[in-house]
Amino acid sequence: MSHKMTRRSFTLRGLLGGAAVTVGVPLLEFFLDANGKAFAANLGGGRLPVRFGTWFWGCGMIPSRWIPKTIGENYDLLPQLAPIKDVQKHINILSGFDVELGAKSNQPHISGPTALRTGAPADSWQLIAAPSFDVLIADAIGSGSYFRSIDFSADGNPRTTFSYRTGTAMNASIPSAVDLYAKIFGADFHDPNAATFTPDPKIMVRESVLSSVSEQRKKLEKMVGSTDRERLDQYFTSLREVEQKLALQLQKPPPAEACSIPHAPAALPAGTDFTDVQVRRANHRVMSELLAMALACNQTKIFNVAFSESASDLRHAGNTTGYHQSTHEELIDRSIGYQPSVDVFATQSMEAWADFVSVLASIKEGDGTLLDNTLVFAHSDVSMAKNHEVRGIPMMTAGKAGGRVRTGIHIAGKGAPVTAAGLTMQQLMGVSTDAWGIDAMRTNRGISELLV
Amino acid sequence: MMPVVAVKKKICAPHLLLSLSLGFSASVLSLPSSANVDKPNNAGSVSLRRLTEPQYRQSIADIFGADIKVIGTFEPDIRVHGLLAEGTTRVAVTPGGLEQYENIARGIANQVIDEQHWPKLVGCAPQKNDSNGANCAAEFFEHTGKKLYRRPLQKEEIKSSVNNALTAAKKLGSFQAGVGAALAGMLTSPDFLFRIERTTADAHQANGTSLDAWSKASRLSYFLWNTTPDDELLAAAERGDLNNADGLSRQVERLMTSPRFNDGVRAFFDDFLRLDGLTTLSKDSMIYPAFSARVASDAREQTLRTISDLLVTQHGSYLDLFTTRRFAMNRTLGPLYAVPVASKDWSFYEFPENDPRRGLLTQVSFLAAHSHPGRTSPTLRGKAIREILMCEEVPTPPANVNFSVVQDVNNPVLRTTRERVNAHLNDEECASCHKKTDPPGLGLEKFDGVGQFRAMENNAAIDATGDLDKTAFNGAAELGAVMAKSPAVASCLVQSTYRYATGHSIEKNEQTTIDYYEQLFLNNGYRFVDLMRAIAQSPDFYSMSAVTAQNTDSSKAEKSS
Repeated sequence: MSHKMTRRSFTLRGLLGGAAVTVGVPLLEFFLDANGKAFAANLGGGRLPVRFGTWFWGCGMIPSRWIPKTIGENYDLLPQLAPIKDVQKHINILSGFDVELGAKSNQPHISGPTALRTGAPADSWQLIAAPSFDVLIADAIGSGSYFRSIDFSADGNPRTTFSYRTGTAMNASIPSAVDLYAKIFGADFHDPNAATFTPDPKIMVRESVLSSVSEQRKKLEKMVGSTDRERLDQYFTSLREVEQKLALQLQKPPPAEACSIPHAPAALPAGTDFTDVQVRRANHRVMSELLAMALACNQTKIFNVAFSESASDLRHAGNTTGYHQSTHEELIDRSIGYQPSVDVFATQSMEAWADFVSVLASIKEGDGTLLDNTLVFAHSDVSMAKNHEVRGIPMMTAGKAGGRVRTGIHIAGKGAPVTAAGLTMQQLMGVSTDAWGIDAMRTNRGISELLV
Repeated sequence: MMPVVAVKKKICAPHLLLSLSLGFSASVLSLPSSANVDKPNNAGSVSLRRLTEPQYRQSIADIFGADIKVIGTFEPDIRVHGLLAEGTTRVAVTPGGLEQYENIARGIANQVIDEQHWPKLVGCAPQKNDSNGANCAAEFFEHTGKKLYRRPLQKEEIKSSVNNALTAAKKLGSFQAGVGAALAGMLTSPDFLFRIERTTADAHQANGTSLDAWSKASRLSYFLWNTTPDDELLAAAERGDLNNADGLSRQVERLMTSPRFNDGVRAFFDDFLRLDGLTTLSKDSMIYPAFSARVASDAREQTLRTISDLLVTQHGSYLDLFTTRRFAMNRTLGPLYAVPVASKDWSFYEFPENDPRRGLLTQVSFLAAHSHPGRTSPTLRGKAIREILMCEEVPTPPANVNFSVVQDVNNPVLRTTRERVNAHLNDEECASCHKKTDPPGLGLEKFDGVGQFRAMENNAAIDATGDLDKTAFNGAAELGAVMAKSPAVASCLVQSTYRYATGHSIEKNEQTTIDYYEQLFLNNGYRFVDLMRAIAQSPDFYSMSAVTAQNTDSSKAEKSS
């Protein structure tokens, strides 16, 4: 791999105008575009890093109130999508893509998201057989940054996640703004725009100690059976990633013009009711802003956000019945043709989505915004939650992925498998694959309308 | 098209409703007729079990002292077939999780080497004949490493840690800091984070190997104390005491008569009853102003104190838990139970003979955890009774079910939850499962969504009659009495204890072992402590064969606990 050698032997001396910094191995990937070409954001306007992330909300939508009637650009906004009006130009709507259950039964709130994320419906979270596609993308592009991915959940529960390597290797979510801040801007944070850089001997020591731990690998793996060997493999792969992260921290970080260190958020009182929509939305907003700054400060290229869990737990304070219960129990109001409080919750979930997109769009970066250099993929677990419908699970994207993706269009899948979306995301982010999905869900047809 | 037929089959098949989550038929519930069953020779397997968060925390406290703070967010433990203990043999460590472990490890190591702790925990320093401190470091790592890895370190392991320490000391300009860095490495290594079992040659075994004494000590200690082996147990392992029945028995007795045995019993019930769910439980504060995070954590403590008082202190029957009137109580919980609490600390409160409050099912920990945030749910409560306490499987509801008639709280005709829930039973598809869950759950309807007593709902009197497997009852107290007589309840506890101890699902060849323990449980008056002793003393518990292929059918694993 000759270009890798080029990357490794690359030095920053010239780019940084004579600063006495020589970059060791591995080089920060932020400096390189997909072809290994060097760039520096504030030194001549080279390409900026492209990030990828997911955004999840539970309990879907009411199709007649959400799916735009028109296809293509300038799609019309029905009431549940009205909240995205100000950011519509950044957002693509992917409607009518289906989960094919094949011989499997529909496991409520599990079949949909597992099929969409891993390429096959699973009967339980723990029976997830293949990695979620965000993990595949992180495998391809995530290793050159401090964090392979930053994943948070606005509901306060670390188990609310849709990012899995396997059913028992779940990428837990960071459950609070305080924890998220500590992870990103805590003791290990290096300000990319700091005037001086001195490698921290403590980091060198940590790296070398972990490297000695990794030397036990062969000895330990000989002692155990094949299932446990896989588990040890996962452990040692994770260890390797932490070592790599430490190695990166010994190098001067590339400057990041959009990076500014935010204030630490205040801790919320114990027992804060995150199920209340307004509390959730405020918490989500704070966490989104921290995440956006993590991206702008080049701490990660991959993220996963959960606004609400599968089978959304959202409620309105004082009401005995929450969103999920309402989807099943609320009568359809014949005069309007839908479940009125379900409609409110679905619309409020889209308000949070609009919040997220506008937070990324508000950060200037290069000639555009952070959002322009990002691809966000949003989806739910079902379409019509009332009967756990997995045909037409709503999906959206936001951002141009550094100019690779068209935005502001509505694409109708007309029954194409949802895996077309996962395949397209992977291809756009540089995963080398021409087909994705398992059995009935396998497809080699991406969503070409998304491409520039 | 929605595969309606397939869905129906999954939901309605009666054998599924009856089958136990462990995959064998309901016939397991019938106990062997003979009281003197021969002890079966059963084989387990070596295992790789990740420490749970409580085990990690307690192990650190035992090794370095309770004043060492363990600060950080742990990767969540995963529940498999209802038990986190079974999840420990399935989980690995993700990159995010390892990063956390390393942070936590450094936090611990930094305290161990601070001025306050160094003299006690390390003690030595570089001196004239040990100018770089190599001997001092070696002594510390040998001593501490044995506790951390639950076995003696090999020479090259000690050497590696010493090298780490000395190299780091040079870079950091401090011997202490060097030792701390190497210690953080040990705390991050798989030898500490996982209980890695090892085998040794054993001519007495058919396959020529058995579990080594150190691995036996760990199994015993984490089962009975939920923590790392203490010095005495490690010494017993070293002497070979755990390889003979007398020596083993002495250690089991020592561990079980220690006050720390309580911790082991509490850890089992915390896992079995899924009490960790209370840490993230929230309720609508307008509907239930009495509920708070403090109430949730004290409700968990109440249940654990009630259990350890009855089962350990009083050496009582597990089944009596379902009828006990003696509840641990404190001032936080008093108002929810409408009882006066004089003591500032925890005390015991005995409910009157005819009080509706009786047994585990009427504690806030159960009633609140298995309700919705803004109302009760007989279905969730009944499902918890079936799945947690009776080890039965309740299938997920069909995907395209329409609940709307069922639970409209403003319905002028169907005012009570019972009336609304009964609508389930008029629908054939719903009824197949709901007739298992709702009738027992309805027995608890006189307790609201956080466990407060109520006689009325929407101005209608609450009817708390129901039945459990054809035995009728009226109210929670009688439901508790029916539970106490249910063979499934006793059987489920035995199976769960065994799975908790071994960390794996019960396999077909272990059925005779389970039968044996069930008979023994019956013979011993359902005393939980005696069941734990029997398992801890049984050679089966320490036996191993070649590693068995792990059961990958984890369909009952939960995403959240």
